[in-house]
This record gives sequence, C-alpha cells and structure tokens, in this order.
Amino acid sequence: MSNRRWQHVWRLLPLLVVLTLLLTGCGDPYLSALTPSGPVADQQLSLMKISIGVMVFVFVVVMIIFTYVLVRYRKRPGQEGIPKQVEGSHTLEIIWTTIPIILLIVIAIPTVSTTFALAKDHWDDPDAIKVKVTGHQFWWEFEYPDLGVTTAQDLHIPVGKKIALQVSSKDVIHSFWVPALAGKIDANPGNANTMWLQADKAGVFKGKCAELCGYSHALMDFKVIAEDQASFDKWIAGMKAAETAKPTASTQLGQQVYEANCLACHAIGGQGGKVGPNLTDFGDRQTIAGYLDHNADELKRWISNPDEVKTGAKVKMPAFGDKLKPEEMDALVDYLMGLKINQ
Amino acid sequence: MGHSHAPKKKGFLMDYLTTVDHKKIGILYFVAGGIFFLMGGLEALLMRIQLIVPNNTFLNGATFNEMMTMHGTTMIFLAAMPIIFALMNAIVPLQIGARDVAFPFVNSLGFWLFFFGGVLVNCGWFLGGSPDAGWTSYPPLSTSFSGFGIDFYALGLQIAGLGTLIGGINFLATIINMRAPGMTFMRMPMFTWASFVTSALILFAFPAITVGLVLLSFDRLFSANFFNVANGGNEVIYQHLFWIFGHPEVYILILPVFGIISEVISTFSKKRLFGYSSMVFATVLIGFLGFMVWAHHMFTVGMGPVANALFGIATMLIAIPTGIKIFNWLFTMWGGQIRFTTANLWAVGFIPTFVIGGMTGVMLAAPAADYQYHDTYFVVAHFHYVIVGGMVFGLFAGLYYWWPKMFGRMLNEALGKWNFWFFFIGFHLTFFPQHFLGLMGMQRRIFTFLPNQGLDFGNMISTIGAFGMTIGTIIFLINIAVTNSKPKKAPADPWDGRTLEWAIPSPPPEYNFKQTPQVRGYDALWVEKMAGNKGMTPAEPLGHIHMPSGSILPFIMSVGLFIAAFGLMYEKVSVAIIGALITLLCMLLRSLIDDPGYHVDPTEDKGVEA
Repeated sequence: MSNRRWQHVWRLLPLLVVLTLLLTGCGDPYLSALTPSGPVADQQLSLMKISIGVMVFVFVVVMIIFTYVLVRYRKRPGQEGIPKQVEGSHTLEIIWTTIPIILLIVIAIPTVSTTFALAKDHWDDPDAIKVKVTGHQFWWEFEYPDLGVTTAQDLHIPVGKKIALQVSSKDVIHSFWVPALAGKIDANPGNANTMWLQADKAGVFKGKCAELCGYSHALMDFKVIAEDQASFDKWIAGMKAAETAKPTASTQLGQQVYEANCLACHAIGGQGGKVGPNLTDFGDRQTIAGYLDHNADELKRWISNPDEVKTGAKVKMPAFGDKLKPEEMDALVDYLMGLKINQ
Repeated sequence: MGHSHAPKKKGFLMDYLTTVDHKKIGILYFVAGGIFFLMGGLEALLMRIQLIVPNNTFLNGATFNEMMTMHGTTMIFLAAMPIIFALMNAIVPLQIGARDVAFPFVNSLGFWLFFFGGVLVNCGWFLGGSPDAGWTSYPPLSTSFSGFGIDFYALGLQIAGLGTLIGGINFLATIINMRAPGMTFMRMPMFTWASFVTSALILFAFPAITVGLVLLSFDRLFSANFFNVANGGNEVIYQHLFWIFGHPEVYILILPVFGIISEVISTFSKKRLFGYSSMVFATVLIGFLGFMVWAHHMFTVGMGPVANALFGIATMLIAIPTGIKIFNWLFTMWGGQIRFTTANLWAVGFIPTFVIGGMTGVMLAAPAADYQYHDTYFVVAHFHYVIVGGMVFGLFAGLYYWWPKMFGRMLNEALGKWNFWFFFIGFHLTFFPQHFLGLMGMQRRIFTFLPNQGLDFGNMISTIGAFGMTIGTIIFLINIAVTNSKPKKAPADPWDGRTLEWAIPSPPPEYNFKQTPQVRGYDALWVEKMAGNKGMTPAEPLGHIHMPSGSILPFIMSVGLFIAAFGLMYEKVSVAIIGALITLLCMLLRSLIDDPGYHVDPTEDKGVEA
C-alpha cells in the first residue's frame, strides 16, 4: 500500500479521537450511565472503567505490533524471494495465553464481587422504601405497599435512602431502567425481580423501558423524582389524602366528565379502576403519557385519540375526541391539569 | 451400470435447479445470500434514516419494528449463513482434494430449504405484515401480543433451519471421510478446520432453536401454553432455548471467517500460518466454550448472582483463545512480504475492528456492568463490530480471494479498494458512536428518540456512516458487474497460493481433480512448490470418474414444505397435508428409484465451459 494511502489512515485517527471526546462530553446528566448520581450506578461505572482500562491496554499492545508489522514487512517494489517460514513459537504461545488469563482475573474479581453486592435483596431492610413496579403496555405503575400509595409514570423517592424494588409486568416483558441511578432489571409477567437503587442528589432522572414491548416501546419513558425527605413526605401525605382540586365552575364539569368516562380505568386516590395509570397527582406530572410535553394542548390531543399518539397496546384506551363535546373536553383537561398534590 | 458419458446438457435454468454439484450450489448460496444481504442492508438504511433526527416521522413504530426485525433476521439467517455456506461449498471439497461433498443430493436439498424458508420469512411484506417482535421474537410479545407476521418468522426459519442442519451434517461427513490420501486432520487448511468445527456447532445448536420455534408455533397456532404464564407456562424458557442456539450461532458465523483470515493473511504474507496447532486448538476451544455461555444474553432476566457470575466468567474465558488467534495472525505477517491486495486489505482491516468488538464483548461479560449495557446501543455497537467488522469484512476477504476459483474471473482491484475504504470508514462512523449512545441512555429497538437528551449528534453521525457503507456496497456490485463482462481467463493460481484449491483450473472442471492428489504436508500445494514440482503428485491412476446425477426433487421437496407452512398459517389443514404429501412423495421417489449417477472420462475434457 502506498504512502499516500497511509496518510488517509493517519488522518482518520484524530477524527475518531475527536468524535470520541465530543460524544463523551455530550451526555444528559440525568440520563447518562456515565454520570452516575447513586451508589449502584457508581459501582457499575467503576466496573466499566476497570474493564475498559484493561481492554484498552490490550488494544494498544495489539495495535503497536499491528502497525509495526504492516509498515516493516510490507512488500517493497522489486522485493523477491521467499521469507523464512516459521512454524510457531512455544514461548510466545505461553506468553499470550498466560498474560490474558492474568488480565481476566484482574477484571473477574471486581466483577464477581460487584455482581453479588448489587444482588443483595434490600426488601426487608427497615429503612428501605419498598416500591412494587409493574410494567404495562406502555406505562409504568408504582405502588408503595408500606405507605399505601399507588402512582404512575413519576416515581418519587427521597434522596439518600435505599429504594427496594420488586419489578414485574402485567402483559409482555418490559425492562425498568434509570441509567443515571442503576442498571436495569426485566419486568417479567408472572414473577417479580428484585433490585435496589438510591439517588444521592435531588433531580428528575429519566427512565426508559429497555425491552421491546410493542409498537410504542420507544415512548414508554418514566421519571424518577429524587427529592429531599421533607418534600417526599409531603408528597406521600398528599397522595394519601387524595385531595382533588377545589371545584371551580369549569372543574366541576370536568370532574363529572371524569367520573362518567375515566374513573372506571383511572383511579384517583382510593377510587376508580386500575386498568390505566393512577392520575391522583396528574397535574404535577413531568409528562403526559410518559413523553409528551405537559400542557393542555397535548393533553387534549392525547385524550382525543390515544391509540394514534401511542399505538399498538393490546388493551387500548378509547378515543374520546368524538365522544365528548368540546366544552366537556376543555373542562376535563382543566380538571386534570388541576390535579395537584402540593397546594 | 452407469452411463460412460455425461448426460445431455441442460439449459442454464434447469442446470441450476437440478444441480447437485457443490460448486454450483455454492454459487446458488452466494446469489441468494447476496440478494438477501441487499434487502437486509436496505432495511438497515431505512432504520438509520428514521433515526437521523429525534422525533422523526419517516417510519412509524409499527413499520420500524418490522424493519428492525427483518433486518436482524435476514442478515443473520438469510445473508450471513448462506454466504458462509457458499464459500464452504465452493472451497472445502477442493481444499481436501475431494470431488464433491459426502451427500450431494442432500446438499442441494439444504440449499432449496434455506431458499424457500427465506422466501417464506419475507412473504409478510406483501401478505399483511412482516414479523415485528425482533429477531429474537420473545413471548409473550410474539405469541399473544403480535399479529400474523410472527408465523412467517417461526415457520420460515424452521424450514430454513432444516436446510442449515442438513448442510452441517453434510460437511461433517465430508471432512471426516473424504480427505485426499496424506491429508491428516493436522494437515487440513484452517478454513477446512473452521468449517469442521462450525458444522459440529450447527449440529448441536440448531435443534435448540427447532424446539424453541416448535413451542412458539404451538402457542400461536394451537393455543398451547408453553409461554403463557396465566396457564402455568413460563416465557423465560423460550429465552433459554433461543440463546442455547443463539450463542453458538454467532460462533457459527465467525469461526469460518477466522479460517478465511488465516488463509488470506498467510497467502499474502508469503508465510505459513504461525502456530497452526494452537490455531486449531483455539478454534475447537472457542466452539466448545460457545455452548457454555448462552445466559450472558439474559443477565437482566433475574436468574440471580450465582448464575450470572458463572456465565460471566465463562464468557470472559472465550477471550483467551480468541486472543491467541489475533497474535498468531500478527506473527504470521511478521517477517513476511505483505501484499496489499483487496482481499488482504479486508483481512488486515478485520484485525483492529474485530479486536474492538472483542473488547466490548469482555466488557459486556461483566454482569453488574451489563445491567447498564444490556438492551442498549452499546450492545448494538458490540455485535455489529464483531458481525460486520469481523464476519462481513472476512467474507469480503474470502470473496475477493476465491472469486477467481468460483467464477473464473478476478474482481477488479482498483474498484475493490474503493469498495473497502468506503465500507470500512462508513462502518466505523456508523457504529463507533453507538457505544456512547448506549451508555448515554439510548435503548435498543426504539423507532425514535426524544430531543435534548444528548442523543442527537451521535445518531446523526451514525446515519451518515450508514450511507458510506451503502456506497461501499454499491461499488462492490459495480465491481461484480464490471468483472462479469470480462472473459473467463483467471489463472489456476493467481495469488501464488499454498492450498489444494489453487492446484486446479479456475473454475475447476466438473470433477475437480483429474486424479486425487497425494498430500505430503500442511499447505499441500506449497510443499510441492518448495520441492520444485509444478503441481500435485497424483495418488491414483487416470480413469473414469463417477459423478452424481442432478435431481429436481430437492427443489420440489422444499416447495412442498413451503406450501405446508401456508396451510398451517391460514388454518387450511388440507393445504398443509397436501404440502407435506408432496415432500413425502419426493422422499419416496428418491428412496425407491435407484440413481447410479454417470461416469466422466477426464481425458475427453476439453477445458472450461463458458
């Protein structure tokens, strides 16, 4: 290969390096596994760093030999003859078998210990907060069995406390993943998996469904809202009291429309069905349907034809665009946007 | 008694529909696999276009899921495996000095089963919906929560899988029984060794997916409850069955390519392979360990830390024999005279790319870290690095290397280099950023992603890279077209080769070797060259050669199963029975009608046909 060709290779290298750096820098701190905000994700990133460190060392060794060989032993014009045929080298075989074994042991020890550490079941810890997570097509249900609260989509947790999770599914396999706080665990129908996480700083952490679950798998986002203990307690208290918004003329109609059309599937406080997400604190939620902007227009669009906005669920939310008169729809939207806990 | 002359010449179409000649079956596998490769590539390009910007509306969720499923299914089952089989068919009998495989009729059956299975999988595009539950098709999504398309997947792969299993058995029998005199196991070329171990993997791995697909089909077609939790089933069992197949499957994909790389690097460094016996041992060890690690695809399923840790360590162990191979290739080149033909460019480009894929594999093997990586673009990056950067690069190397032997023409070297560089650079641009996208929170199998989450830039670069790979592929197609318009004038040994296939004309005559050669050492042809001989010493006198007759029965048998599958899917029992009967009748005919083949007098052979 000519020298000109080699120049192309060398020019490619800095491009790759720049890309690498650029991409590492750009990560959403509330989403990226590279910017952990809790002990589980921390331990996982440490393990990643050990393994990539060892692997980069191996890569560098390989590339040094590779580059040297290609440059030094390329056929030069006019070069004739047959090079010395070498069967092999017992010594080299031993070297490049034992050194990788040693390197693997270096990775294996922290791997095994971290795997066991993260598998500890904290469900019965006295100061852990228990949450039962249930995946549905295409939303997340969160129940706090000790605290008597059920919610959906936004998982409130106090900062600095262990959150013990039991994760399951009502329909197909989903996977519960909040990268900035912890790795994922599958939500299987028929059995519950345990994991734990903890947030060491306040913030709204982004969660994703990480197992293909149908057409709208990409839209099944949720949030973990980590807040100080006082705010968390206040939220719990508010959810338990299940206060609805003070009825105004508009919200009164809205409440009636809700009870006639929505309550059968969507519980508020202790009342209502469990087919769809609990909407007690809907007015405070970060998103609509897990990913839409939280405003009246998007809410109207959603209620009018949910299956068009988020297609493919086997159990579908009906379209209310044609079922409700315009003033009924507006009242309902007002009512829902007013369902706030912290007044 | 057989005839003493070849049967009368068939037209081109009938010739290929009835051929039992491994060389022609190799070409059939290559053409069919190549067409499926282009389809799979198009599916990928459409996916990348949808993902070039957040909230894109080019493909909706339903269509994207079909593209994603078909891309994976097509590439692995209908493109990669057939092209590997193409090279195995075209080359292994030549490398061991044989006239054909052990069971030529069954070889043809294997191809037509794959072909009709592949067509069946793709029927969904115009029959009401393609499979859309991923190439892994996990229940209960694929049983109670998906439509019609999954049946095309389950039944199509079942038929195609039968073909592969048949092929694997055939190559095992061939390599064990039909080596030329003097070719002991430890004198076989690495590509043949790799094909041998791969065939053993096929034999033991494919039954697992056969069972998995049967159970899936029973749940779907006959309301069984294997994976229905409400009635006592367990969906995780499917995952075990699938991956007990699925993991050896990826070694089935890569081991033949390891063999190709050994041949190409050795030939174009003008040196024998460094550490041959270690390479053989490493190949066998990788094949064996490949069966011990399947649950690393299931670390997040909830099997517990003991199972996870064991499978994690077992997975890491595979890095040892793989590393041995990399170093032996490097030291094969050391002290050599390296020629950068296109074939060797691909082989050399393979080395750093596959090593990167292996690196991320070791990273993925750590269960606690995999809880972050699993089902994200980090995994997508990893497996594309090993499958595309490893396997596809190696297949390109093999194609450029063996093209003259298969087709009698040399692929254009200038176009080859453009093909390589576009594809190579496009590949890295496409998949390198995806490591970071995964770590930054982008899951797999999503038809769109939201803005302002740090994922925009990486996705855009990735899509641009995909266009680069597309251009590289188009250049390869142009190369084929340009090459095909030239006359068939390739020499028997264009590369100064070392192995037996280069001792016979390009392409070889029907019977391969006029006289079975006597093998005197590893790199059988090179041994003769170094002794000053022009070719191989024959191991038998000149005489009439017994050849197998062609048959249309494999084609019809495959059509029968194809029809039966439709009967099952559309619940028309009569159609299913008719299809099965067609196949059974052909089997009966084959068993009852004695076909003694025919004889060829090699001295009458006037040379290569056009």
